[in-house]
Amino acid sequence: MRRIIAATLAWLLLAASGLPATAQVSAERLVGAAKEPANWLTYSGAYNGQRYSALDQITPANVKNLKLQWVYQAAAQGGWQTSPLVVDGIMYITQRPNDVAALDAKTGRVFWIYHHTLDPTQIVCCGANNRGLAILDGTLFMGTLDAHVVAIDAKTGRPLWNTKVADSKSGYSITLAPLVVKDKVIIGVGGGEYGIRGFIAAYDAKTGKEAWRFNTIPAPGEPGSETWKPCPPPTSSKTFCDPDAWKHGGAPVWITGSYDPELNLTYWGVGNPGPDFNIDQRPGDNLYTDSVVALDPDTGKLKWHYQFTQQDKHDYDAVQVPVLADITWKGAPLKAMLWANRNGFFYVLDRVTGRFLLGKPFVKVNWASGFDKTGRPIQLPQPTGEPVYPGDHGGTNWYSPSYSPHAKLFYIPAWENYTSLNAVVSPADYKPGRGFEGGVPGAPAVVPGAPGLSGLGARAPVNTWTEVAGNGAVIAIDPLTGEKKWRYYMSDVTESGILTTASDLLFTGGREGYFQALDARDGSLLWKLNLGAGIMNGPITYEVDGKQYVAVIAGLSLSVFGVE
Amino acid sequence: MRRQLLPLLAVVGLALAGPSLGIAQAIADHPLDYAPADIAYGAKLYGEQCVACHAATGDGVGGIDFKRGTFHSVVTDRDMSSVITGGVAGKGMPAFKLDPTEVTGLVAYIRNFNSVDRSTIKLGDAARGKAIFEGKGECGTCHRVNGVGPRSAPDLSDIGAVRSAASIQRTLTDPSSQMMPINRPVHIVTKDGKVINGRRLNEDTYSLQLMDDHENLVSLNKADLKEFVISTKSPMPAYKDRLSADELADLMSYLLALKGK
Repeated sequence: MRRIIAATLAWLLLAASGLPATAQVSAERLVGAAKEPANWLTYSGAYNGQRYSALDQITPANVKNLKLQWVYQAAAQGGWQTSPLVVDGIMYITQRPNDVAALDAKTGRVFWIYHHTLDPTQIVCCGANNRGLAILDGTLFMGTLDAHVVAIDAKTGRPLWNTKVADSKSGYSITLAPLVVKDKVIIGVGGGEYGIRGFIAAYDAKTGKEAWRFNTIPAPGEPGSETWKPCPPPTSSKTFCDPDAWKHGGAPVWITGSYDPELNLTYWGVGNPGPDFNIDQRPGDNLYTDSVVALDPDTGKLKWHYQFTQQDKHDYDAVQVPVLADITWKGAPLKAMLWANRNGFFYVLDRVTGRFLLGKPFVKVNWASGFDKTGRPIQLPQPTGEPVYPGDHGGTNWYSPSYSPHAKLFYIPAWENYTSLNAVVSPADYKPGRGFEGGVPGAPAVVPGAPGLSGLGARAPVNTWTEVAGNGAVIAIDPLTGEKKWRYYMSDVTESGILTTASDLLFTGGREGYFQALDARDGSLLWKLNLGAGIMNGPITYEVDGKQYVAVIAGLSLSVFGVE
Repeated sequence: MRRQLLPLLAVVGLALAGPSLGIAQAIADHPLDYAPADIAYGAKLYGEQCVACHAATGDGVGGIDFKRGTFHSVVTDRDMSSVITGGVAGKGMPAFKLDPTEVTGLVAYIRNFNSVDRSTIKLGDAARGKAIFEGKGECGTCHRVNGVGPRSAPDLSDIGAVRSAASIQRTLTDPSSQMMPINRPVHIVTKDGKVINGRRLNEDTYSLQLMDDHENLVSLNKADLKEFVISTKSPMPAYKDRLSADELADLMSYLLALKGK
């Protein structure tokens, strides 16, 4: 190769080179995303939320030959929860706090970086997290920690529009990857620990103008408002009930929803009620907290809802990706929704109507004994000071599950035998932008007389919690029965999502930092590599120039693997 | 910084107050320090942002006199930039949210306060400048602004916040002198004979990323290339003789008004 630095421009007059322009990601391409597995076009890879790929070049037989291809290092410290998009050989990622980068998916080299300047008054409970982007045509969409939605030119990284969604000073934020449906960009807001009133909203992809907003807590008079009951007469000077509880009752939405194009319904999981732990303050079932809502994506109108946990006092957000699967249920085809909830139960719902079909614990559960005929859990309150299973971080949480239509199994990143104590509650006084939790849950003392175990995040690299405070696992469930098909034990807990492929491979990580490939059929370990830091969110896979890659983030490193 | 002489003063439409008090004299006094385009832009901003307290005469705040170069604490230009953008607590000087282009202009103007008659400075018209950008100047055939226009040349949506007035002016008269090296045009022939022309976005020892002239983001391994030419000459034409002085002043005003989102 000759490398010349020239002062002439004669060659600019050369005729066009005839390269085809990069295809645009149309709304139709998004609907058919699963049929072009070379790309990863939405947060979960396809509208069905399955985090499953039809790629099969990497197989159980050759996965042992996986080799590191490239690494991209983030500049900012802190948990990195993004799930990349890959479009025609270009990878788009977000990184802390709200930057976007376009990388060559074959080499990891950077084309451009967009920096979003945050409002300094923004507040988030749990770090400067962002989980990714959505794309439509040539435009990327990102929600920001200061509760804006920004549209960015995918070729240049330049902002096209920037719409303020809510007041970040009052604790509203956006951490989820938006979902594009047709010509709209759908987001939800976080802030469930700050007494927000949550919502899901859609914005015109071209202009950023708000198209609709669905409040996840109904106002008085609206359907569902009867679940925010009037206050009873006080029974003691210690009880405190808030007659306006619905105004700051939480119900945040911070994980990307799913979409069924045939039914034209978009599904979103709704988070905890506020204050998190003090139920005296908000009598009633508190709709639509801890629920899944099915909305018309054109209007935002509610089609149906199902509530997983009524009047929750354990922070059991239903912020899981709604997984849509077409299965055969008792001999008949069923448009199912599969859901492993933070409350420890695995559910099968009819996604046309929201009808409850099955609920079965996938980890130890003692807050409920089962379900009544309507699918409502029968709560079994534990006394104060007693362990509640699962603990307040849940039997699983926001990290993506996976469904393999090939293996016909549903895979859950689970926390087994994990507990926390019923919270010691206190009245929560609402002040905009201030914590609004109404109590503090405790961890059980595992050694009498010794200090309790420190909180979340204290395990790796030295796992001080050990098996005494629970363990991580990948649990494979047969959705037809809710029975466990297999279980893969991890010593430490996991915050890693799960990816499955058509070659019956399952990729996942965990807090220990191992990136692991399991056989999706029987859970046997096929390959692992210590990446040296906790893996959050789910791996993805894609193909460029005929070669399949798997991408995963551990710590501050985005690592990409391929078979040599 | 490059010395700019009288022809460029006309370019930004500055009318000189007189042979002894004009900008030419100011430049003669500080030949390497401040560009007339920055001074003119700063003078405009002074009239919008500063004059209410500091007065047209520059001595509206006790103990400060811009004409005499008397300040409370400012010694260097960097000091002055800090005071403008950071304010002075307890002294009534607010922190101004100004971009680097504006701060550069204000410092240049305040340093030349004594030699420039603000009332005689005539600036271009941004609306007319926009029409020139899109029409006669044909800038919009290569550059993109706020989502409109091609991506072959650098996006100018925030050029008025990231480049000084003087740098923008020099770009219009001598584009290659102001081209960022990373933006250099590249011409490539791959080993299998494919010809790719475009604008460099990133480069390392082994690979190259560019925006080709069909607006594709392209990443190439250097090992796959037969020919790789980086041009130091900007494909942008010089506008000194293509547009009149008034038209260039209008175009300058438009570009300075592009502050990004």
